[in-house]
Parts: sequence; structure tokens; C-alpha cells
Amino acid sequence: MSSFTDTVIGAAGAKGIDNTAGWKRLRNRRVVRRAVIGLILPVMLVFTWWLASSRGWLPEQILPSPAYVYATAVEMIASGEIFYHAGMSLRRVVYGFMFGAIAGLSLGVAMGLSRTVDDYVRPIFLAFAQIPTLGWIPLLMLIFGIGETLKIIVIAKGALVPMTMNTAAGIRSVPANYVEVGRALRFSRLQTLRLIVLPGAAPSIFTGVRYGLTHSWTALVGVELLASSEGLGYLLVWGRQMFWLDVVIVAMIVIGIVGFLMDKGLDVAETYFQRWKRSEGEA
Amino acid sequence: MTVLSALQTPRAVKIRRGLTLPVLLLIFWEVSSRTGLVDARFLPSLEDVFLTAKRELVDNNLFGELTASLLRNIAGFVIGSAIGIVFATLLALSRAADALVTPTFNGFKQISLLAWIPLISIWFGFGEQAKIVFVAIAAFIPVVLNTYEGMRNVPRDLIEVGHALKFTNVQRVTRIFLPAAMPSIATGVHLGLIYSWLATVGAEYFLAVGPGVGGLIIAGRERFDMALVMVGVIILGLVGFLLNRLAAAGEAYLLRWRVTAH
Repeated sequence: MSSFTDTVIGAAGAKGIDNTAGWKRLRNRRVVRRAVIGLILPVMLVFTWWLASSRGWLPEQILPSPAYVYATAVEMIASGEIFYHAGMSLRRVVYGFMFGAIAGLSLGVAMGLSRTVDDYVRPIFLAFAQIPTLGWIPLLMLIFGIGETLKIIVIAKGALVPMTMNTAAGIRSVPANYVEVGRALRFSRLQTLRLIVLPGAAPSIFTGVRYGLTHSWTALVGVELLASSEGLGYLLVWGRQMFWLDVVIVAMIVIGIVGFLMDKGLDVAETYFQRWKRSEGEA
Repeated sequence: MTVLSALQTPRAVKIRRGLTLPVLLLIFWEVSSRTGLVDARFLPSLEDVFLTAKRELVDNNLFGELTASLLRNIAGFVIGSAIGIVFATLLALSRAADALVTPTFNGFKQISLLAWIPLISIWFGFGEQAKIVFVAIAAFIPVVLNTYEGMRNVPRDLIEVGHALKFTNVQRVTRIFLPAAMPSIATGVHLGLIYSWLATVGAEYFLAVGPGVGGLIIAGRERFDMALVMVGVIILGLVGFLLNRLAAAGEAYLLRWRVTAH
């Protein structure tokens, strides 16, 4: 009955008072308890999985046993195979994302700063952006073949759209009086851009980076599923074709872990680049 | 107002500027395909694309393909977002469910959407069922994330009002939590609609059995029929655009009370 409000009050309490040692210990204990409770379901899932495969409820091709998947994972790590494929995928994402992000940042800055550029570019850009990245792949395959160029372009396109839109929106939303301060200080155009406009737009640009990287990663899996002979997406297709579900599951887990790590990396980068914001809040 | 001054209004200028690049692009396209500047296999003439569209529309049942795609899109979207709203409501309102399930959900969420396809195809085959499951997963994730977020951010005084009025648990959900979280839920559903269209295309690419626009594009690629691929890609864009508009309109309609509140 009261569990609804407890959650909210509990959360607010933990946030408000945590400077005494007693509270800290209590909070640590709470963190441990949360972690243990959070592990119950995964453990149960693995147990059911193990039960289902060891009792033969489902055939091996449909559901290999957890032990078998684990053995495959260990083998793929030992032989370095998984690092080879993950490395290929990561390299593609890094290149593609870099090109896409740089292009998107430049386009977004141009659109954000100049009404004229925005008027010219926005309609056609939005029209192209309507088509999902996945939709472009077959068309680009006909033009560029199935080599690395195709992959880089598709991944870059994934990053380009959110980067452009968020950069432009961020720059537009920089308050006019900030820019006026710059004018009062007789900043040059470059100084205004570097010291006022870009920092002001930074939160929005970071949203763009985050979405861009997520889209790039999705695009990578898509393009590797359709056309590749190495990489994590290829492992998925190959495992699927051979009915090696253990390989498929290992590849899925690695894709999840890499996605998770990229997300966490962005969190760290974001707090680092926006540390001025935090200190301003605390002062 | 003379014609000349009518062309100078900010709106007219904006339209003129917006049309410049598309028109230039079309002219460049037409000229280069007519003069053989670019290989016609890579860039078929506009006429070619138009004729292909007409052929598909009249002779080859393009509408049937489109209907098939839209139906599985809607089926997956409705299933995924309905389960998503219920699931997220449970997680947000029950402490026990939250502690038990949310970490696992966050783990699964990390797996890129398309990476589910091989597993789904082994478990559900290549038919309609597999595609709808995949589209449902695509809609499910953003709906859960946003609904959860919205329910968690319901202002405390609203919850206390519920306390004071001695609402039952059901009343709290329907009278306080759902309406208060509605903007967030609407965002989630909107995103879900966009993701589910993406997933429909993906499902049709990779589970290429049966009719659908995605299958059409893949067929066009296999036959090296650029005009057909272009027709398919344009349809993808148009449908995506219309779905987006529809979702925005629905969102505005559902949240119309918010305007008066301010």
C-alpha cells in the first residue's frame, strides 16, 4: 500500500543526507543489497536455460547449454578470434563515426550560425534524414560495392543526422545576451564561436554525440549483417547459417558489452568536458 | 501587393531557398543521366524511376507490399508498446519489481537491436511471427525507458494528494501516475513508432520471405535494378515521414490539456 511513496521518499532521503559515516555505511549496504537482488533474475534465467537444455526440453540447435556457450566464449577468447572480429567492428565504427561527427558538427555549426545556410540546407537534409540508415544500405551497395567504403559511409550517415540536428539546435538556443556580452568584450568571430557559442551549445552537441554513436553502432551491425566477411555482425550471420547458436549468443553478448562500454565512456567524457557546469552549480 | 514584393516576404524567401538545392539536384541528376555523364546503372534517369514506380504500382501490386509492411509494423508496434507501458508501470511503481528486473532489462537493452535478428530467426523462423516479434522488441525498449522515467518523475505533492484522498492503488495509477507521466509516455510511444518502422525494414531485409517494401528493395539490389531500389527507398522515407507526422499529431492531441495548464 505505502510502497508507492516509500520509493520516492526513500530516494529523496538518500540523496539529501549522506554526509555522516553511518549513512554512508547504510548506503553502501543498500548498494550491495540492490546488486544482490538485481542478480536474482539473471541467475534464475541462466538456471532455467541450463535446466531446459540439460533436460532436452529444447533441441541443442535451438538452445545450446550455457556451459557450451561458455566453452565457446573461452575458446574464441583464447584463439583471439573474438578480438579480431570486435577489433574490425570497432575500427569501422571509429572511422565512420569520426567522419560523420565531423561532417555533422560542421554542417550543424553552419546551419546554427547562419539563417541563410539553414534555409537552403534544412529542407533537403530533412528529406534525406527521413530515410532510415538501413534503407540506404542496398542503394549504397549498388554504388560502392560491399567493401570498407560502404561500411564507413553507412556508419558515418548514422552519426551525421543526430550530430547535425543537435548541433544546430544547440547553437540556436544559446541565449542572445551571452552573444551580446561577447560583442561588448569586442570578441572576434572566432572568439565568439570558441568561447561563447560552442560552450553554450555543448550540452546539446553531447546529446548529438550520444545519439550519433548509438546510431553508428546500430548501423554497423546492420551493414555487417548484410555485407561483410569479418566483424561482430558477420559472426552473427555466420553462426546463424551454420546453426551455431553458441557463436550467435557470444557475438550478441560482445555487442552488448561494447555498446555498454561506449555508453559509459561517453558519460565520463561528458562530465569531464562539462566540469565547468558542475563547479558553477556548487559555488 | 505586386508579384515582385510577394516574392520578397520572409516566407517566400525561405521557400525559394529551400527549393534551390532539391531543384539543382534534380537538374544535375537528369542532365548527367541523359548525357551519360554517370553510368545509367548507377543513376537511372528520372523517367526510368518514374516508370518503375508506375510499373510496380499498376502491375506488381506495390500497394499490397506496402500494406503488408504497414500491417506488421502496426501489429508489432501495438504489441510492443502496450506490453512496454504495463511493464514500465510495474517497474516504476513496485520497489520489488524494480530491484529484481530493472538491472536485467538494462543489460538486455545494451544489445543492439539488429543483433537480435539471427536469434529470432532461429527461434521463430522467417515468417510473419518472427518479424512481428522483432518489431515489437524495437517498440518495447523506448516505450519502457520513457514510461519509467515519466513515472519516476511524478511530482511528490501529486502523490501526496492521492494519499490525502485515500486513493486505492488502481486509482493512483489511473488518476495520478498515468496522467502525470503522459508527456513522457507519449515521447516513448513516438520513438517506438519510429523504431518499429526501422525494425520493419530490418526484419524484411534479413527475414526476406513474403511481401513487403524491404523485400522489394533487396530484390532490386539483387537484380541490380537501381530504379527499383530508389522507388523502395523513397517509399521508406515517405512512410517514415508520415508516421512521424501522425505520432506528432497524436502526441499534441493527447497532451492538449497541457497548454491550458500553463
